[in-house]
Amino acid sequence: MSTQLDLVPVKPTTAIVGEADTAAAKKRGGSKWMRLLANDHVATAAAVVLGLIFLTAIFGPMLVGGLATHIDLDNSNQAPFTLSHGWANVLGTDPLGRSMLARLIVACRTTLSVAIPAVLISAIVGSAIGMWAGYYRGWRETVAMRVADVIMSFPSLLLAVVVLYVFSPSAANIVLVLAITRIPVYLRTARAESAELQSRLFVDAARTFGASARSIIWRHVVPVVLPTLLTVATLDFCYVMLAESSLSFLGIGIQPPDISWGLMVSQGRTYLHTAWWLSFFPGVAIVITTVSATILAAWARIATDPGQRWRLTVPQKRLNRYAKTTKAL
Amino acid sequence: MFSFVRRRMYTSALPLIIVLLGVFLIARLTGDPTSLYLPESATQAQRDAFRQANGFDQSVWTQLVEYFKGVLHLDFGTSLRTGEPASTMALRAFPATLQLAVTTMFLAIVLAVVIGCWAAYRPNSLADRFSSLLSMTAASIPDFWFAITCVWLFAVLLGVLPTSGVDSGILSWILPVATLMIRPLGVLTQVVRGAMVSALSAPYVRLARSKGASDFRVVTHHALRNAAAPALTVAGDLAVGLINGAVVVEAIFGWPGIGKLMIDAILQRDFAVLQAAVLLTAVSIFVLNIIIDACYALLDARVREPAMA
Amino acid sequence: MTAVIDRKAPIDQVDADPVLDVDGMTVDIRTITGTVRAVNEVSFQARRGETLALLGESGCGKSMTATALVGLLEPVADVVGGTAMLGDVEILNADRKKRREIAGTELAIVFQDALTALNPLYTVGTQLAEPFRIHHGMGAKEAKAKAVELMARVGIPQPETRVNSYPHQFSGGMRQRLLIAMAVALNPSVLIADEPTTALDVTVQAQIMALLRDLRTEYRMAVVLITHDLALVAEEADRVAVMYAGNIVETGSVAEVFAKPKHPYTKGLLNSVPVNARRGDELKSIGGSPPDLHAIPEGCVYQARCPLARDICATKRPTLDSVGATRKAACHFPEEVSPGREED
Repeated sequence: MSTQLDLVPVKPTTAIVGEADTAAAKKRGGSKWMRLLANDHVATAAAVVLGLIFLTAIFGPMLVGGLATHIDLDNSNQAPFTLSHGWANVLGTDPLGRSMLARLIVACRTTLSVAIPAVLISAIVGSAIGMWAGYYRGWRETVAMRVADVIMSFPSLLLAVVVLYVFSPSAANIVLVLAITRIPVYLRTARAESAELQSRLFVDAARTFGASARSIIWRHVVPVVLPTLLTVATLDFCYVMLAESSLSFLGIGIQPPDISWGLMVSQGRTYLHTAWWLSFFPGVAIVITTVSATILAAWARIATDPGQRWRLTVPQKRLNRYAKTTKAL
Repeated sequence: MFSFVRRRMYTSALPLIIVLLGVFLIARLTGDPTSLYLPESATQAQRDAFRQANGFDQSVWTQLVEYFKGVLHLDFGTSLRTGEPASTMALRAFPATLQLAVTTMFLAIVLAVVIGCWAAYRPNSLADRFSSLLSMTAASIPDFWFAITCVWLFAVLLGVLPTSGVDSGILSWILPVATLMIRPLGVLTQVVRGAMVSALSAPYVRLARSKGASDFRVVTHHALRNAAAPALTVAGDLAVGLINGAVVVEAIFGWPGIGKLMIDAILQRDFAVLQAAVLLTAVSIFVLNIIIDACYALLDARVREPAMA
Repeated sequence: MTAVIDRKAPIDQVDADPVLDVDGMTVDIRTITGTVRAVNEVSFQARRGETLALLGESGCGKSMTATALVGLLEPVADVVGGTAMLGDVEILNADRKKRREIAGTELAIVFQDALTALNPLYTVGTQLAEPFRIHHGMGAKEAKAKAVELMARVGIPQPETRVNSYPHQFSGGMRQRLLIAMAVALNPSVLIADEPTTALDVTVQAQIMALLRDLRTEYRMAVVLITHDLALVAEEADRVAVMYAGNIVETGSVAEVFAKPKHPYTKGLLNSVPVNARRGDELKSIGGSPPDLHAIPEGCVYQARCPLARDICATKRPTLDSVGATRKAACHFPEEVSPGREED
């Protein structure tokens, strides 16, 4: 996954000097991270889009009110891109005359309210186990890795389908299932980084002054592992969103009368010949969200890597001039 | 080389057993199938007869033992729906999915390698940026939505492709393969490009050029092989994920594969078929992992023969 | 104080005309903060049968000179001026096809770090056979036989079996021999050795340099030795070109330059070698540090650290002028550098 900046040749020469994090640079406004973000226009756009989506999820349903459930059979299946049926129906209406725009907004909240908790749970649980396993090595590590292998060796969608069918698909169950299937991703990443840190001197130093395992993990391991985990979590967010949409599409996810984008696509399927917008727009919403999150994850990967961060310390124009090569050999 | 493969088989056997056990338990948890297969008005005697005929009256432990004994004889019982042996049904459905998956992975790998190499060869060019944007989007597209949009575009609007089924020869392959392929292609292209950019800036590339190697030889002979390892890892994960994709694709296009079989079996509480299908899937994933590990060993001598002093 | 010259290399018959004639080569690097001149108007000549040393500290541009000559600069660096004649062919401005033709056949380079320079996924046999397959269109079997021959020539034991081994299965010294073998495979006219022994321990160093000497004689090559090691220059090189901050500041035969340097930097380098130092003596070094290439001063590049610096040095950059029959120095006051005879 790459932003524009990822396209710059990987190996900087010895003469590369980024802008130092000096007082002068700081004065130019904004915290360090904001500057790193502002220098990558594409990532900034992605962040803004994601921000809007989050705001919509939080405040949207309040503003839209009952439009999402207001049945108006006279207006059923109206085409989009015309204001003749009222501004709320600018994206068309569904067979029951409900505004597509309003339904998309409400579905946004449902979709995110499944995806975000799932990511949080799997990230916290997975990383905690991973860091613990990586810290202690030995049998703890082996067991944790075997468990992760077992979970990963089975296609997650199938697992989710089976489990949800057994335990009935409520939002909470979906969150739980998705969280469990994604735990191995964080577990492996956290364990790998934690295990690598064990060989570093500062951990031994901490042990020699009798620091407890928990404090070592918290004070030394977590700060190093956190940036990678954040990047992984952002990408994972995309995956979980797509998974929930697939489940809802198959009928094993969010159940009516609740709506999620995946469910809307499924509901629009029977009207493909007559009302294409029913399935089209929810999908577009998913794509916009996931693409933005992917772009942001690519930015995060560069921003959190001290060796690569220099690309983000200069304005894009200068970077483009510097990287004007178009031949690798 | 073979000892390496053998070792991997032993370590991978445990997850397989756990999967089998898990399926057994979960399938049992979906509830009593008698109510699904017998009409409402069935008497208790009829229900008991049904249970006995299918072994549901015995204790869970006995059922488990019977199950594992059956597994060892490759006998999964008979389908509650059709009365056919479950293994037959599973084996009949499997090739359809396998063909779909192999075609998809093959096309995805070939395209990803070509596009990724080209993009890495000309980094920052318009073509590179464009292909990066495209591959990032492709990796983020929900496959079911893509399928439906394509169906609408090509089958409904333009009428050039069939909406579903396997009857139209090669035409009926196009949409299912395209749908299944889009995400792996997107991810793999980015991985290949990244790995190739690294490989092309490596010292051995400089050495090859100092010997007079052409750019083509440098890219295909020297750099690509070094970029293959990370790409192989991702390709392996994607191949496992293809099962997920196949479930959706088979549902949408009515493709008679094992994904569709499993969904139907779950919805109709057809335990035997579900168990057979899941086992078949798990075994193929297991075989796939071994093949991938063998590929690593073939690619990189350092895996086979560790350094001598 | 003179450096003790303990020369090991045999004296070959040296051609009169140079086989490699570099004139005014200039290389710029594009950085985030602007364009930097890494190599400035560098000129030198190499002759068959002779070893020319490019001597300088890290970052002075000697490696970049070498990579520019063989056409392997990184994408952010460009040759912006100068010419280089290899025989009758001008190579700096030649097209890629011509470059590929002479790569390995006329001009070859041995890199510093042998482990990363070799492709880890192919056998050394395959990699050694590559020059033959590329330039002579040989078949696999024939080329492999040549590879075995080469391995024997550079002193690798049991070449018939080891031709199928991988780079990680060799020791550091062996790998360096393999690099040398690849470079001389097609009998090039000029061999550039970029710090060939820096990564090796001392005994292996001696073997490698001996091998290079033999090959120079056998193949009648011109050798350009890039190094920061004064002792190595004294032992192995016939002529030396001293580089500082991207410029050549002095050239001449090793014997002359080391006995009586005509540039303050050369003098400083020679003085900092702790020959005959006794316990308690202060180690001499050149004060200050090399200039930031982003901010090269007007005038002489060495002025900030030069004990002889005067007003003119700050305004007028000295050119590489003749100071003897076969010597040149870029200093306004070359005669003051080593006045009279130097005693120990």
